[in-house]
Amino acid sequence: MASALLYDRLQFATTATFHYLFPQLTMGLALLLLYLRSRALWTGDEHYQQVARFWTKIFALSFAFGVVTGIPLEFQFGTNWAKFSNFAGGVIGQTLAMEGMFAFFLESSFLGLLLFGERRFGPRVQWFAALMLFLGSWLSGYFILATNAWMQHPVAYTVADDGRLFVNSLSGLLTNPWLFWQYAHNMTAAVVTASFAMAALGALYLLSDQHVAHAKTCLRTGVVAGTIACALMIFPTGHGNAKQVFEYQPVKGAAFEGLFRTERGAGLILVGQPNMETMTVDNPLVVPRALSILVYEQLWAKVKGLDAFPRKDWPDNLPLLYYAYHIMAGLGTILVAVMALALLLLRRGRLFTTKPVLWLLMLCAPFPYIATTAGWMTTELGRQPWLVYGLLRTSEGASPLVHSGNALFTLLGFLGLYLLLGLLFLFLIAEMIRHGPLPVNHRPADHATTSSVY
Amino acid sequence: METFWYAAVTVMLAVYVVLDGFDFGVGIVYPFVARTETERRTALVSIGPVWNGNEVWLIASGGLLFFAFPKAYAAGFSGFYLALIIVLWLLIFRGLALELRSHLDHPLWRQFWDLTFAGASLSLAIVFGAALGNLIRGVPLNAEGYFFVALWTDFAPGPKPGILDWYTVLVGLTSVAILALHGANYLAMKTVGELYARATAFARLSGWITVGLTVLTVLAIPVVQPGLARNYTAHPIGYLLPVTGVLALAATLVLRRQQRDAGAFVTLSLFILAMLGSTAWGCYPNILIATSDPMNSLTIFNATAGAPGVVRHRLQLDARVHDRRLPRLLGKSPARSGIVPSRVDESLPRLAPPRRAMRHGKT
Ligand code: HDD
Ligand code: HEM
Ligand code: HEM
Repeated sequence: MASALLYDRLQFATTATFHYLFPQLTMGLALLLLYLRSRALWTGDEHYQQVARFWTKIFALSFAFGVVTGIPLEFQFGTNWAKFSNFAGGVIGQTLAMEGMFAFFLESSFLGLLLFGERRFGPRVQWFAALMLFLGSWLSGYFILATNAWMQHPVAYTVADDGRLFVNSLSGLLTNPWLFWQYAHNMTAAVVTASFAMAALGALYLLSDQHVAHAKTCLRTGVVAGTIACALMIFPTGHGNAKQVFEYQPVKGAAFEGLFRTERGAGLILVGQPNMETMTVDNPLVVPRALSILVYEQLWAKVKGLDAFPRKDWPDNLPLLYYAYHIMAGLGTILVAVMALALLLLRRGRLFTTKPVLWLLMLCAPFPYIATTAGWMTTELGRQPWLVYGLLRTSEGASPLVHSGNALFTLLGFLGLYLLLGLLFLFLIAEMIRHGPLPVNHRPADHATTSSVY
Repeated sequence: METFWYAAVTVMLAVYVVLDGFDFGVGIVYPFVARTETERRTALVSIGPVWNGNEVWLIASGGLLFFAFPKAYAAGFSGFYLALIIVLWLLIFRGLALELRSHLDHPLWRQFWDLTFAGASLSLAIVFGAALGNLIRGVPLNAEGYFFVALWTDFAPGPKPGILDWYTVLVGLTSVAILALHGANYLAMKTVGELYARATAFARLSGWITVGLTVLTVLAIPVVQPGLARNYTAHPIGYLLPVTGVLALAATLVLRRQQRDAGAFVTLSLFILAMLGSTAWGCYPNILIATSDPMNSLTIFNATAGAPGVVRHRLQLDARVHDRRLPRLLGKSPARSGIVPSRVDESLPRLAPPRRAMRHGKT
């Protein structure tokens, strides 16, 4: 049975991680598209419409992949985590049902309008559709995160006689204190991903001397939005998230910081390898007292280490958790530096001619994806050994009668399928980039837009 | 309240079948009726803007089932594990085929996705039909309320059934015929010329196959699940549903003859709704019927989200409190205490639904 659990976990981790590669781009782009459409509406400048049109196509491709990879997640709660679904379905069924009900309805109907209605409806309707797309995708993100936040920090539930849970306050569920920082941090991360994608494509076009006007708009939008979002990632949202982890899930915090022993005036480890034999961190590079200051705003505050908690409550993959967190935070620092440099040059009017920085922006596009994935690994691995924090252990949540042969079969199937999907996506994006945006004065006829999608 | 959710889930699923059904149907008839590239494109454009919206109904029904009957969701989804994951893979392929076919202008690329689209639509129609067959026939639920069925065993609907046996395959084929007719009707509404002619010819053919297979399926019900008749005997008003279905199907055939495309489409939709409604009427209040011991059946009463006798207080939002409660919560076997007999007459009055348990507002 133990190995079935392992496959169940690997399968959920794979499918969730892979799914989230797509929505993070679409949710971030939804905001940037709204900006571009507003700009077009207010200035009446056709150029912004054209840039928005091109990015709507990229949005649509990413959206399609988000849709097809999202459906397995929703089903897997039942297929692989039957006991968990039975235990907690009275609560998380709410938010998941709400997500399906209106957020996706909003999104999928207005995306059609944006893609197919260019000719039939004027720019005002286009702007409205972009607004609804933004609201829809950010709402569905909200409901999904409300689900996850509840698993991190269960609130607003009642225990029935048979031990199962059900929600007693919908508003309580949707205003889970955990949710605030998580939502802010995660949605800002989506904007980071989209900004880097936009800036990177602008840099690519500029470096290869194609679609120059388009490239400059992409760079300007990407760099300004990116700098703001990157800064927000660290402060206040990253900081807020970390403080809240130390408050509600201190084991997780100690584990991802690599703090084996309780200390007064604890230091912040920048680099180092956790050694599970000696319970120390090898080759550490430490900023003294920094952790105490960050978490408690006091030089000598006591920070609980792993030794303060029973071993059975430690996250079970400690080194991976530690690395995931340090990769996220490290990349966060690097990304903000890159964006700040680019913004400085942009202000000085030199960005478009400084080739090394354009190269840098172009090559940085994958890093927000890596940081985001690492962030989710921190969140989810750190939640272990609990599935619902403090209420249900992961080992008690899996489907009782799905044996390891079945689980491995489907895990392998998903791995193969997703490998194929990933290659396909990259290939199609490359094709889109090669074709580039349509010329400014080219206003597509309705059927032309249609046939470019179907 | 439980009955309301049962009806809501049934209605949402039925609407899903009607809506996504016609684009599945287009997929099934696609290789036969759309021959040239223009025709194929016309067929795809006719469902292009709507298929994703239609599929949202599946997700929403899944969400609603999860929320209203978590236990049935958990048992059903894990019990049909392999079939469901294969459904997911097929849905992924089908969605991609629709979205990606025109991204690249190369005949091989398009042929590949055409084949994928048709194949996935056909297989999904069979599997969805078989799923319905499984609900009618029942599954080997244990006392904990879980089960696991293999894809197939000996193809007989005995006490150790597989997902596919002669009966469920029959239902699967029936669903292929119905959806093919549905899709052909839809195409007929949306197209002209040769594509129209082929679609209507195909619709007439599948119309007769539908009639034949539906009759067989209904005749087989007393063999695999005699209990389905009980609600009808007790409340004959339920007969309205199948009667509506029969009339609607007859109307479809007539309207099809007269080339009244929209009429045929609407009446067939009505037929689908009525047939699914009849099944739900017969199964009520069971969601999953046990083939093993009828006591193990999951009904709308023992599968809901707030089970009988709810402890009404709010827990503190403090992890330490959770820890203290934990042994008590997990020490019990959640499944056993909720089991009730599946027979309607006994369970209905005794198990007056705990209304307060289902309230979602503030407590
Ligand atoms: C562009 C991506 C990105 C970047 C640069 C950062 N993060 Fe992050 N982080 C995420 C993307 C992310 C995320 C993927 O979006 C997570 C996962 C869950 C969540 O809500 O956000 C996350 C979670 C997350 C958590 C875990 C919360 C939990 O366990 O529930 C902490 C403590 C931090 N972050 C802290 C930081 C700090 C201190 C950063 C800066 C140095 C930082 N993050 C940069
Ligand atoms: C609301 C959103 C999410 C919910 C409800 C959720 C829920 C779950 C569940 C049920 C599991 C399996 C049980 C376990 O091993 O703990 C899991 C594991 C995991 N999830 Fe999430 N997840 C969510 C979002 C994400 C996202 C977006 C990612 C990644 C990008 C992610 C990454 C993981 C990983 C890496 C694991 C594996 C943990 C392990 O192996 O122990 N999750 N999550
Ligand atoms: C592990 C839990 C998750 C589940 C069960 C899940 C479920 C789904 C489903 C079923 C879809 C397709 C809906 C459709 O047909 O339109 C979808 C797409 C989407 N998901 Fe997820 N998802 C999960 C994680 C996440 C996370 C963590 C986020 C972001 C915060 C997210 C945001 C979205 C968005 C915005 C879409 C719309 C499609 C797109 O924009 O690409 N999902 N998700």
